[in-house]
Amino acid sequence: MKNKSLISINDFSKEEYFKILDLAEEFQQNPNQKLLDNHVVASLFFEPSTRTRLSFETAVQRLGGRVIGFSEASSSSVSKGESLKDTILTVSRYADLIIMRHPIEGSSRHASDVSNKPVINAGDGSNQHPTQCMLDLFSIRKTQGTLENLNLFLVGDLKYGRTVHSLLMAMAQFNPVFNFVSPPSLRMPQEYKDFLDEKGIKYYEHDKLDENINHADIVYVTRVQRERFSDPMEYEKVKNAYILKNKMLENTKPNLKILHPLPRVNEISTDVDENSKAYYFDQAENGVYTRMAIMALILGLK
Amino acid sequence: MKSELTVKAIENGTVIDHLQANNLYKIISIIGVDNVDTEVFIGNNLESKKLGKKAIIKIADKFPSMDDINKIALIDPNAVINIIKDYKVVEKQHVKLPDTIHKFVKCINPKCITNHDNVETKFNVLIKDGKVGLKCYYCEKITGQNNIEVIK
Repeated sequence: MKNKSLISINDFSKEEYFKILDLAEEFQQNPNQKLLDNHVVASLFFEPSTRTRLSFETAVQRLGGRVIGFSEASSSSVSKGESLKDTILTVSRYADLIIMRHPIEGSSRHASDVSNKPVINAGDGSNQHPTQCMLDLFSIRKTQGTLENLNLFLVGDLKYGRTVHSLLMAMAQFNPVFNFVSPPSLRMPQEYKDFLDEKGIKYYEHDKLDENINHADIVYVTRVQRERFSDPMEYEKVKNAYILKNKMLENTKPNLKILHPLPRVNEISTDVDENSKAYYFDQAENGVYTRMAIMALILGLK
Repeated sequence: MKSELTVKAIENGTVIDHLQANNLYKIISIIGVDNVDTEVFIGNNLESKKLGKKAIIKIADKFPSMDDINKIALIDPNAVINIIKDYKVVEKQHVKLPDTIHKFVKCINPKCITNHDNVETKFNVLIKDGKVGLKCYYCEKITGQNNIEVIK
């Protein structure tokens, strides 16, 4: 994995996934290891994403590395009209590793092609966000003890949700059952259902979030965004159908965990937070360990 | 045989035959026939037992590269290429889809880096249910056969 860029979840093999998860586990036990001493990591956020940026930068700091970079394009040379290629060629002379977030799809693949230092994709438009997927896998394995044979409920915006698409692709390697809960207009796209059909993986579609979740091992909730609806009436009709409330968890399985990539708006009611099945803030914390593991492996320090 | 003769025979060169009539102009632009400086004869809507209506392109004294020939397969996988020497067909081959396509097709995704920065397009060719799809190396979106647009 040394010097390999991480742009898409398809870049790493199943074995490499496990290597990352195992090392993340080690960092969770012992988060302050100064492996990145004498290293400079560039954190290039061409669009703001405070949560992802803080998670990455925390991971660098915990490893004893130093961070250079910017948190939005307006404070970089992009605002002067510099091409992405030139920015990357320059920064790759300064830093040992580049973390980048960019609104244009495929930008990080392009960056990894021109850079002589490894690049980690921290989100390229609606395309890929592989470290999010890795931390989701970590959280699932951590709470279930395995990735195999799980019943996963994906709830909310399944049409545009990059996170749920990546999770589906990654989990499809572990013989899951999927349940898709979404408004009819935000259903899982056909190409992903075709993919599951080809692999012989079972999935069910639901219009409502109801007692079906009593069968779930994982409920992964995402935000249904108002701007996805051309008709505001339709949004008003569906917005409350996908809110997870604490009383809905009464008869759920003891091993059930609720995940959410955050930020949350109202799709998980705050009374769920106290329930031991709520796992989304632990999940966010796991992101730091997972990113530490990915960086340490890519830099060949572990 | 009759339709072949409706378009003037060439002494040496390349004949692209068995094109579906409605693909003619796309093919002309894909392989750059519009820039050829030798004699070019084109027939369209010719009668064909196999295709109903077919098109044919005859290019004198030019022998396109395999790369160019394989581009034709993207639009019309049934096309046949004949190499002509002394009015005779010396070589006949069916077009074959390449595994990858570089540069000349536009990515359908308006948010793709290739539509923003000066980055040449690059695709992996996928075939599903007999249809060609081009998966962008950069943004990973698939450009379907019906949406193939040629970059000039």
